[in-house]
Amino acid sequence: MAIEVIKPGLATTVQDAGREGYYNVGIPLSGALDQYSFRAANLLVGNEENAAVLECALMAPELRFTAAAIVAVTGGNCQPKVDGVVAPLNESFAVSAGSVVSFDFMRLGARAYVAVAGGIDVPVILGSRSTYGLGAFGGFQGRKLAAGDVVPTGIARPGARPGRRIPDALVTPLPKEVELRVVPGLYYHRITDEAAAGFFEDTWSVAPEADRIGYRYKNGRPLKFRDRVQPFGAGSDPSNIVDAGYPYGSIQVPGGVEPIILHRDAVSGGGYAMIGTVISADMDKIAQMQPNYKARFVRVDLDEALAARAAYKSRLGQLRAALT
Amino acid sequence: MAIGKARYSFGGDEHIYVEFSEEMSLEAFFKGMAMSQALAQKRLPGISEICPANASYQVKFDPDVIHPRKVLEILEEIEREQSSADLEIETRIIEVPVLYGDPWTTETLLRFRERHQDPNSTDLEYAARVNNFKSVDDFIAAHSESPWFVSMVGFVAGLPWLFQLVERAKQIEVPKYLRPRTDTPKLTIGHGGCFACIYSVRGAGGYQMFGVTPAPIFDPSQSLPYLKDFMCLFKPGDIVKFKPIDRATYDGHLREIEAGTFDLRMRPVSFSLSKFLADPQGYNRTLVEALHGN
Repeated sequence: MAIEVIKPGLATTVQDAGREGYYNVGIPLSGALDQYSFRAANLLVGNEENAAVLECALMAPELRFTAAAIVAVTGGNCQPKVDGVVAPLNESFAVSAGSVVSFDFMRLGARAYVAVAGGIDVPVILGSRSTYGLGAFGGFQGRKLAAGDVVPTGIARPGARPGRRIPDALVTPLPKEVELRVVPGLYYHRITDEAAAGFFEDTWSVAPEADRIGYRYKNGRPLKFRDRVQPFGAGSDPSNIVDAGYPYGSIQVPGGVEPIILHRDAVSGGGYAMIGTVISADMDKIAQMQPNYKARFVRVDLDEALAARAAYKSRLGQLRAALT
Repeated sequence: MAIGKARYSFGGDEHIYVEFSEEMSLEAFFKGMAMSQALAQKRLPGISEICPANASYQVKFDPDVIHPRKVLEILEEIEREQSSADLEIETRIIEVPVLYGDPWTTETLLRFRERHQDPNSTDLEYAARVNNFKSVDDFIAAHSESPWFVSMVGFVAGLPWLFQLVERAKQIEVPKYLRPRTDTPKLTIGHGGCFACIYSVRGAGGYQMFGVTPAPIFDPSQSLPYLKDFMCLFKPGDIVKFKPIDRATYDGHLREIEAGTFDLRMRPVSFSLSKFLADPQGYNRTLVEALHGN
């Protein structure tokens, strides 16, 4: 069984829960940027929760199924159609052999997840089927899908059926204005008090440079760094540090101009000071931000971050209970 | 040059970032190396990534398995347990052949000359001059005679940062390009600030370009003997000795790579910080002897 790619969409990649344990040699987590929607898509089609799916950014692909399949689409709101007939979002549906699944434009959100019962069956590399584009491995031949690709799928589990639906309260929210909670730290002390205040006061917009590596935000005031004699090896700009590892979700501000939040295909390190880290519970929200969507950064401490994480896990638990 | 107590900071709810020093030094790097090895040996459930860097390191964990404050407590305990006197690591020394001033980086640097501090020199000529070497040959000799520590691996898969095992006064320092290039040949030997690097993949870059190595250092197909176990050659803590080669040797290595017979010279060594600091040049000689001994 396979999926033939008729049109690849803007940036369609194979992703799963990601690969851990290799960040020390520069290989990032990868995996679905919106982990909640990814897991929901798998649960809808009766897959293991972390089976590989297609992540479709901004403009989804057009796909022909070589055999009958159960499919679900979650996350970003782009209307699926089977042979031109509207199919539901956030609900599993059946596709017959030879059918073409296409999508309307992305009305809300930025990433749709297409799960197929049986999962996308590409080789497991370093424990994951996820695509790592910069390293050109994982996923389908280490790259985003192209027209003419034939992507193999696995064997559906017995529970796969159409008509399984996410309860409305548990569907991924897709707001155009988002609050991102941030634990200040790392090199937060390097920016001025005024810059720190401005960072949390201003409303920021997603810049065009927003992808799986990182999201750049614009339209806030510049973030001035405190003057100092730069330490040996740190580089000449006040926003430079001796090259160091970058946490996932960390916020760097090259030249003090625009903050960049690193996501799951992060460059693992470099020479820009990070001023804080977006909490784990809010990383999925970033994945659903289109260019020009707005963000406010909200300061939280570690305990608030852990409470938010618990709430996120609890919601995921409700989703599992509703769909299994 | 004793390093004070490290600075600890939470990176959200899943990371702890540990900075040993704001400036680069062998002592800071070494402390991070030793601490990350000690942490790895504990094999703590819930710790998923331990990433040593130049003068810092970071740890990623699952807060549902181990509380962030518990991780912090363990890291601080490891720091207390370490006496700076006996910092020693088991590692290996690897010889990396380099064609300095090769045609491909030369073509590339000419293409991006308007982004450079000195449009009328090559990167090698510029680096030799700003580091007060009489000639490019003297500069290459200094670059290749003393070994380098792999002080960090990352940015992209398998890319090593290297810090040379010489006194501060002898460190080669070169600013990065004024504006980054959009292209750098694969396997370029670069230099920015006090760090060398080897570009593991072709792409953008801002480091000065001195040459290329024929030896693949990152290969997901793992076709060469020394990449059979893992697709990335370098790990933080490896020691690298550059070996200047000529074009004929470079081409010969390429043929061996094509045939799958190319291998790198590497030997296990232990490295003692105190012994190195007592006599850097003498200690480096013993490292290089270990590379060429049997």
